[in-house]
Amino acid sequence: MLETAFTGSKRYYRLLAVLLFFMAVGAVVYLRQLSFGLGITGMGRDVSWGFYIAQFTYLVGVAASGVMVVLPYYLHDYKAFGRITVLGEFLAVAAVTMCLLFIIVDLGRPDRLLNVIFYPTPNSILFWDMIVLNGYLLLNIVIGWTVLEAERNQVKYPKWVKPLILISIPWAPSIHTVTAFLYAGLPGRGYWLTAIMAPRFLSSAFAAGPALLILLALIVRKFTKFDPGREQIQTLAKIVTYAIIINVFFFFCEIFTVFYSQIPDHMLHFQYLFQGLQGKGQLVPWMWFAIVGMTVAAILMVFPKIRQNENTLALVCGLIIVTTYIDKGLGLISGGFIPNPTEKVVEYWPTLPEALITLGVWATGFFILTILYKVAVSVKEEVKA
Amino acid sequence: MGINRRDFVKLAGLSALFGLGGKAGWELLAPGQVEAQIKAQGKPLTAKRWAMVVDMRKLDDATAARCIEACHKIHNVPDYTKPVNPKDALTPEQIVRWEVKWIWTDHFHNAFPGFDQPYMQERLEHLNFLCLCNHCENPPCVRVCPTKATFRRDDGIVMMDMHRCIGCRFCMAGCPFGARSFNWRDPRPFIKEEYPDYPTREPGMVEKCDFCVKLLAKGQLPACVTESKGALIFGDLADAKSGPREALKAHYTIRRKPHLGTNPQVYYIV
Amino acid sequence: MADYKNEFGVFAERPTVEKKLYNKLAVFLGLTAFIVLATFPLWSNAGRTIPPPQPSLDTPTIKGLTDKQCVLPVEEIRAVHMKLLIDWREQVVRTGNRVWVNPQGKKFEPSLTNTCLGCHSNKAQFCDQCHNYVAAVPNCWGCHLDKSPKVAQAEVK
Repeated sequence: MLETAFTGSKRYYRLLAVLLFFMAVGAVVYLRQLSFGLGITGMGRDVSWGFYIAQFTYLVGVAASGVMVVLPYYLHDYKAFGRITVLGEFLAVAAVTMCLLFIIVDLGRPDRLLNVIFYPTPNSILFWDMIVLNGYLLLNIVIGWTVLEAERNQVKYPKWVKPLILISIPWAPSIHTVTAFLYAGLPGRGYWLTAIMAPRFLSSAFAAGPALLILLALIVRKFTKFDPGREQIQTLAKIVTYAIIINVFFFFCEIFTVFYSQIPDHMLHFQYLFQGLQGKGQLVPWMWFAIVGMTVAAILMVFPKIRQNENTLALVCGLIIVTTYIDKGLGLISGGFIPNPTEKVVEYWPTLPEALITLGVWATGFFILTILYKVAVSVKEEVKA
Repeated sequence: MGINRRDFVKLAGLSALFGLGGKAGWELLAPGQVEAQIKAQGKPLTAKRWAMVVDMRKLDDATAARCIEACHKIHNVPDYTKPVNPKDALTPEQIVRWEVKWIWTDHFHNAFPGFDQPYMQERLEHLNFLCLCNHCENPPCVRVCPTKATFRRDDGIVMMDMHRCIGCRFCMAGCPFGARSFNWRDPRPFIKEEYPDYPTREPGMVEKCDFCVKLLAKGQLPACVTESKGALIFGDLADAKSGPREALKAHYTIRRKPHLGTNPQVYYIV
Repeated sequence: MADYKNEFGVFAERPTVEKKLYNKLAVFLGLTAFIVLATFPLWSNAGRTIPPPQPSLDTPTIKGLTDKQCVLPVEEIRAVHMKLLIDWREQVVRTGNRVWVNPQGKKFEPSLTNTCLGCHSNKAQFCDQCHNYVAAVPNCWGCHLDKSPKVAQAEVK
């Protein structure tokens, strides 16, 4: 089935070439990071996690959203989603691969990576993160590939796939819950020390992931002979609507708890993000754009006219992706670390090498996604013929 | 090839057995309890629960600076404001970001956020508190480390295993006191005088105060304690007659962020 | 074979292809390039003689020793020093035990810089000799200093 990835249009090869170029650039800059150290990034003693971990957090959400197509189809027999489950699963594969790559590029000593396996530490959430991420990757590769192959040969998928699919359904929210627990259990970080961290992660994931899937589905329809289907996209849009409304609601819950209780340690982080603190506030415009944009997107998605017009839908999905990315990408990490444990403000901004490595990892993910989608689309085109 | 499959497998099995046997033999030959001569070294200091009391009444800025210098010197902690080669000089922003400190001073409202009030004792407004790793009894940094590279010893010291650390910096996120530093780059160009009895660190590892375990093993007190000339009281909390216990009995002490439940073992007499 | 199927659709029968060596030029060029690259270490070093390693025991400390014995017998230490050092570091760092007793009953401080380099203070003429020869790059020296405190003190004096 992989041979279908080796034949394609000129546009397909051009896309792969561009992605390979950015992968190569990222790889070269990463070599520099390996020799100099993580000092080439913008991270420091006070903001010790940055862009890499932010991308990882965001992409874990995107990966988990695969369950939003799998669950209705396999558990509730929503036949319409049968066309696109493989798109959701392959998106999850690409996203989890990017997660793992971002964790690796963030490590100070990647040559000692295997220590997490040699010295298992069940009380550490990072240990569980390694397990659930790799498990989810394996599940989705096996399930997606096997079901697609069965579809190509026009037979029902083998019986042993069903238990794997059923496992993947609770596994998906668990990868995101474990990632949220990385943050939510740290006593010294008031911004993250909230029971609602995992629910917030899930709601923003189930908004951003299906939004991305909608955009990918529209792209697939435009550039290939496979049409994911109007009904499928509309159902995804409904899922995005509910998720983004809940996400905005959760944010306002946080604001209420923090500012009604007036506890300084919790308020300071929100003040830094939305007002500026000690004269520093480079994230303020970004955060306001994210929250206002997210709220506007949530309101817009409620209107059927906007959801049903696929052009406006695409625009609002794009807005959702951007605003959730800013909230989880820039806001979450910086907000947690600033002010630092001694209440000083030391700001963080990614450097150019950091951005190039990040771009290289994104390119790798999209490279994998392109190849996998090419395989899926080719099979579907072939079956239709 | 003249050997058939069965013979090959037999040979391989026997070789494996010899190999394992050899390993077991080597293991058996390892340490035994025999007396011998060894270079004269003091008997190691032991405790059930090491702790420190910082007497801020006796600690002035000059003494604190000496304590910091002593600690950083004997542990080869780099000073990014003083490059060995002037060409390596850094920007102020880099100095702040890459700073490595095992022990430092901070004002009251930084060391004890939430404790300060609008009208405070005048002395407190300007007092520079000596801060270091608190070697908590319930350390969140140990809880989150995925490889047990940072671990709590039986005597209460929270130790760093530099050989195992993968540089994930989860412990830095977990520490509520900002006591941990990371090596964002090679520190050697910023170590003016290499202290020969302690290693340096490579980029990619987290480091922090280790209550001078190496000195304790040689029967000496931590460098900062020795340098402080009595302002730092170091001893075994489990021993009712130890310095810290006497100090705690006689004076009111405060700790940094006690409400977080990490049970820090550095106490401050203000 | 009416149901033979490839990505372009269904064929009435399997297409026949003449059996011969296709893309002769590419195949032979590729094969040559591979053989040249794969045997690079052999032909690039042809004719060169690399002298065997000659680790030198000529250090002030060793000269001053009456009983010139390492912590283990020569053949043994040569074979197991890598594992010994790892056992030492696990012992010192993780259990805090800074006394090691060798099979002869002699006690040592398990320390690379103090014990090993205390006698073998000539790393470049001793350790590096064999390590360079076999291209072994132990990564101890990124952190551990290659001059023992005793030697450093002696130099100051």
